[in-house]
Amino acid sequence: MTTDSGTEFADTPDFRKKIRAWLEENCPEDMRDGAGGEGEICWGGRNWTFASEGQKLWLERCAAVGLTVPTWPKAYGGAGLSREQDKILKEEMTKLGARSPLDSFGIWMLGPALLKFGTEEQKQHFLPPIARGEIRWCQGYSEPGAGSDLAGVQSKADDKGDHWLVNGQKIWTSYADKADWIFALLRTDRDAPKHKGISFILMDMRSKGVTTRPIRLISGASPFCETFFDDVKVPKEQVVGEVNRGWDVAKYLLTHEREMISAGGQTMGAGRPLGAVLADSETGASDPVLRADAMRTEIDALAMELTLERYKDQAEGGQGVGDASAMLKYAGTELNKRRLELVMAAGGSDTLAWEDGRAPSWLRTKANSIEGGTSEVMLSIISRRILGLGA
Amino acid sequence: MAKLIQTEEENMLQDAARALLERSAPVSRLRELRDQGQTRDDALWQEMVAAGWAGILVPEAAGGVDMGHAAAHVLAREMGRTLTVSPFLSTAIIAATVLRRCGDARSQAALSDIASGSRTYALALDESAKFNPEHIALKAEKRGNGYVLNGEKQFVVDGSNATHVMVLAQGEDGLCLFDLSADRAGLTRTSTEMIDSRDAAQLVFENVEVSGDELLVADGGGADLLRFGLEAGQAALAAETGGLAQAAFEMTTGYLKERKQFGVPIASFQALQHRAAHLWCEIELTTSAILHAGRILDSDPQNATLAVSLAKARATDTAQLAVREGVQMHGGIGMTDAYDMGFYMKRARVAAEWLGDYGYHAAQVARLRGF
Ligand SMILES: Cc1cc2nc3c(=O)[nH]c(=O)nc-3n(C[C@H](O)[C@H](O)[C@H](O)COP(=O)(O)OP(=O)(O)OC[C@H]3O[C@@H](n4cnc5c(N)ncnc54)[C@H](O)[C@@H]3O)c2cc1C
Repeated sequence: MTTDSGTEFADTPDFRKKIRAWLEENCPEDMRDGAGGEGEICWGGRNWTFASEGQKLWLERCAAVGLTVPTWPKAYGGAGLSREQDKILKEEMTKLGARSPLDSFGIWMLGPALLKFGTEEQKQHFLPPIARGEIRWCQGYSEPGAGSDLAGVQSKADDKGDHWLVNGQKIWTSYADKADWIFALLRTDRDAPKHKGISFILMDMRSKGVTTRPIRLISGASPFCETFFDDVKVPKEQVVGEVNRGWDVAKYLLTHEREMISAGGQTMGAGRPLGAVLADSETGASDPVLRADAMRTEIDALAMELTLERYKDQAEGGQGVGDASAMLKYAGTELNKRRLELVMAAGGSDTLAWEDGRAPSWLRTKANSIEGGTSEVMLSIISRRILGLGA
Repeated sequence: MAKLIQTEEENMLQDAARALLERSAPVSRLRELRDQGQTRDDALWQEMVAAGWAGILVPEAAGGVDMGHAAAHVLAREMGRTLTVSPFLSTAIIAATVLRRCGDARSQAALSDIASGSRTYALALDESAKFNPEHIALKAEKRGNGYVLNGEKQFVVDGSNATHVMVLAQGEDGLCLFDLSADRAGLTRTSTEMIDSRDAAQLVFENVEVSGDELLVADGGGADLLRFGLEAGQAALAAETGGLAQAAFEMTTGYLKERKQFGVPIASFQALQHRAAHLWCEIELTTSAILHAGRILDSDPQNATLAVSLAKARATDTAQLAVREGVQMHGGIGMTDAYDMGFYMKRARVAAEWLGDYGYHAAQVARLRGF
């Protein structure tokens, strides 16, 4: 293994062979079970306790060669892979049943935003710890009064000369109680039109004045919180992009979040093919309504998979798919809800006991079409920005 | 696999096709033909032949341009946009695909005739109201070196105009496929007045004598022969239907922007915006399935069934939604014969049934996905 991250892989002609050999040699046995449910994710961070020695080794080995963030530049902890190579990597990982070594809001959301809007110093400072799984981030966008109307955020950062003074409240902050840092949308100009007075600010959750309070979900889990800022002092250089232009950063980040949710939606909580779900069901072969629903869902899911593929083929150089992410998010999450409805119907009363585990997944999917922008908001984005329908 | 985006070559083909069709085959041309009681446009077909479209799947040695299925889908989609009346699908896609699989000199000659525009085909398959290629009653009995055909076919698309018919028949050892010239003793063709104003016919075979030479045989055995033709046809029909859906959608959003009620464009009503956006999403998903089917047919035709059925099922469903929403969002004008949306609705209905409906293809997908 080399210390200069990723040098082994990028630019090799026999990439598939190389990567397969590396995976076979380095992926610990217990990380080869193909699991990817919410309970099996390795989130990393200061407070992280590894579920097993294997999980720890797998993260360390991948991080050492840039494979926790394969497409990021090597300089920031990635492996500098092309999209084509990344696809091959994912295929080889799937073949081996390899788990994802690390998932986080830093990888999915903040990273892409920093790569586009961050200063060189910010990239150097914040990206490598994300890649190594040392710092875990949470997203401070929503507020009690600003959900779909996100640009209505009222939590504020006042310019105190040598620092920002932050006050206000966020809500639905996923994993705020576990995260090390937060990226937040804060109002920095109260007189400007609402989209023009917001800044994108990074804060250490250990700062004095930050508190969190968990909220329990219908699935029984409690992965999100209310987050309070009470005279929190934040260094001036922790603004990403220009002051008062945070909305641009926020929107760009959201397109990545939406792609992530739509892709994750394909398998989340229901990694098993619908054919197998039906086969296991007592009425899977005899109930014509269940079968018809499953067939329709399968057809739409295959078309969705191909569309993800096509959009990625369309997007050049890792630029993301832009507004069309609204389509992926809408279609992917609505589909995932249908899939889990089927899982429940196929499983019958067996699914109704908490310990069975299917009900929490089913309930969790209901959030897919709310988090990251609701389905209705996605349809509005499509009709306004893509179709040009409007007042 | 090749990327799921159109190549530069395909983009150029699309531009050329759109220009030709907008000039020579706009929807108003279909209306004209309908009003004249016509189901053929020979001048248009000759124009397509000259542009190389008839030979899109014909090898260069036989005078074709041999551009492959994905390219053929580009043409089919454009024809779907303007509801073009032509024997393209039956002839240049289905018949050409079947004939290509038979390596013999006779089939080569037939392919040349397709590319040069001197022959057109219809596929005589259905015998009942639903597509069911495994249950064929039309009988082919051996007599001497040839066969005698007896039975009936219905919903034979392009059946009254075609110079040739491919007939699926039940032989003594199973299904067989014949390639016949349509003008012959014992074969009666009665055209049906179809809702889409296109050609379809009922064919009655009464002791039709055919030579052994007219039985098609594939290089690798006859069983696959029709399947390749059908899958090529189903995918191209999906592409045509996809184009139809796209055009109906564009007509609808155009109208939403233009029509005013309550003093504002109706496009400003969120109830309509969201329905239009939903329809657009459905079209996007279907577009991916169609592109994928073209790529698979070109790269791995032995294993294209899943991709093709996925495309046909999705396209069928999406087009139906597009025309239903199309009529509804136009209000009263959408119901008038003078407005084009009705033509789209009627063609979508016919395309839904031809070569297997949603249920047929959904069952194929389910089977191949382990249901
Ligand atoms: C599990 C989960 C995790 C989350 N994690 C985070 C996180 O980590 N960080 C974070 O910042 N936020 C997070 N969120 C919050 C999420 O982004 C918001 O819930 C979402 O944006 C919707 O806002 P809201 O809840 O205020 O609903 P509202 O905006 O009040 O919406 C209520 C209903 O009204 C509809 N509606 C609203 N406006 C319109 C309109 N203009 N046209 C038509 N319909 C409309 C909505 O679609 C919805 O159906 C999370 C949410 C969930 C459920």
